[in-house]
Amino acid sequence: MLILTCPYCGVTAEETELQPGGEAHLKRVGPGGTDEEFEAYLFDRKNAKGVHFERWRHAYGCGRWFLAARCTATLQVFGTYKAQNAHPPSDIVDSIRAARPDWTPDWTTT
Amino acid sequence: MPDAPRTGRYSVFAIAREAMRQHKGWTRAWGNPPPRDRYKVVVVGAGGHGLATAYYLGKNFGITDVAVIEKGWLGGGNTGRNTTIIRSNYLQDPSAAIYEKSRSLFENLSQDLNYNVMFSPRGLIMLAQTEHEVRGYKRTVYANNLQGVATEWIEPARLKELVPIIQLDGPRYPVLGGLYQARGGTARHDAVAWGYARACSDMGMHIIQNCEVKGIDTEGGQIRAVETTKGRIGCDKVALVVAGHSSQLAEMAGFRLPIESVALQALVSEPIKPCMDVVVMANTVHGYLSQSDKGEMVIGGGTDSFNNFTQRGSWHHVEETVRALIETFPMLSRLKMLRQWGGIVDMTGDRSPILSATPVGGIFVNCGWGTGGFKAIPGSGWAMAELIATGAPGPLAADFGLNRFREGRFIDESVAAGVAH
Repeated sequence: MLILTCPYCGVTAEETELQPGGEAHLKRVGPGGTDEEFEAYLFDRKNAKGVHFERWRHAYGCGRWFLAARCTATLQVFGTYKAQNAHPPSDIVDSIRAARPDWTPDWTTT
Repeated sequence: MPDAPRTGRYSVFAIAREAMRQHKGWTRAWGNPPPRDRYKVVVVGAGGHGLATAYYLGKNFGITDVAVIEKGWLGGGNTGRNTTIIRSNYLQDPSAAIYEKSRSLFENLSQDLNYNVMFSPRGLIMLAQTEHEVRGYKRTVYANNLQGVATEWIEPARLKELVPIIQLDGPRYPVLGGLYQARGGTARHDAVAWGYARACSDMGMHIIQNCEVKGIDTEGGQIRAVETTKGRIGCDKVALVVAGHSSQLAEMAGFRLPIESVALQALVSEPIKPCMDVVVMANTVHGYLSQSDKGEMVIGGGTDSFNNFTQRGSWHHVEETVRALIETFPMLSRLKMLRQWGGIVDMTGDRSPILSATPVGGIFVNCGWGTGGFKAIPGSGWAMAELIATGAPGPLAADFGLNRFREGRFIDESVAAGVAH
């Protein structure tokens, strides 16, 4: 049973109390985007085997959307953070790096 | 071990001959050769779909310069982990076409492969347990009649005759009728992989196990070779037929797929005497049930809804599946469950497969079969072989291209077929 802590209400919730919402940090393609870009935004997914960032909703709790960093190959949870973050915050990155020294972020924060 | 000698045809005469010499004459069913430097076609993934693709490349198009390479062992992925259900009662025309092609190939597959795949067209019923399902399945019956797929709507009394252990008047989910496909059923999943492997090997193809793809070498947007743990293998064309790991192989080739991998699980009970000789699917409660030849009740459940590569499912899904099924099959409550396992299934947004060329020339993908791939193995291989051999999809594969996502031509079985699929 997957167990995640909701960063809003602080409740440590089991999987049955939560609703998964797919890959996190997708950037909506704005006006002027090409068909290819819009298709990629709608459908194409990283589907990473390993470190994965994803959306969850505390459905049977406070009801809010939050984000989680998790390993899809081992089900290890690296941490959860609020959905307002454009990228995973530094404490999450540190916790992933401690567990997965080979892993590097694939985003730039500038 | 060098290439195995040809095994000869399996027949009652072969059994009699071997009986006379203490069965010392049987050879391995397929060879175990080291890879050559180059093949015309490399199929990645020696599951049912990969092996069937290779088989029909040889049988229908005469292309036998083929290697099927496999990270683990042959048929050790979802081919050996499913609940072996075969049906073709789909709503959408493209789905009905490819699944019915597949089901009809199963009818003669044992004779075609000279290998007993134990196809058992014992009949399959999808239970309607809500008014919504009654309407949905009646609509599917009408569609199937137009598509040439033999299905019928049956009332509860007939259903009870076919499935004596069913309880029709459950308090939560009464059985209101069913969608019946008399020629649906099951087959022996391992034998399907083994039969195709033997037939491929007999045609001179190479099946290379314990050979993991580590990289895909392209040049100028064209495939050149696959880098594997057994060395570099050059090729003109590559078919990626790897189900749950399709995204990983696509990433090596430099493109993304509209696929997410999740765990789907199944379980079996202790073996009991014959009590149910049809397959029953109950989509409202996410459970499907059949009895194996060994007597075990084979139970399939729902998928985890989060990305997962661990080949094990969540316990609460087992509980939900069994809890729901015992209302409709009260006798199940007295059974001990023996084993539970999971497989990693590749889900697309419309729950329909992808048989397609890709942005890289010479690379083809066959994936996205999600929770319903076993039944599709012969038809999938048939359509994929045509796509690879001719470079263009035939009528079976035409609607399942990657371009359907950009063009909005979904083949929406997520609504039409329910979850179990």
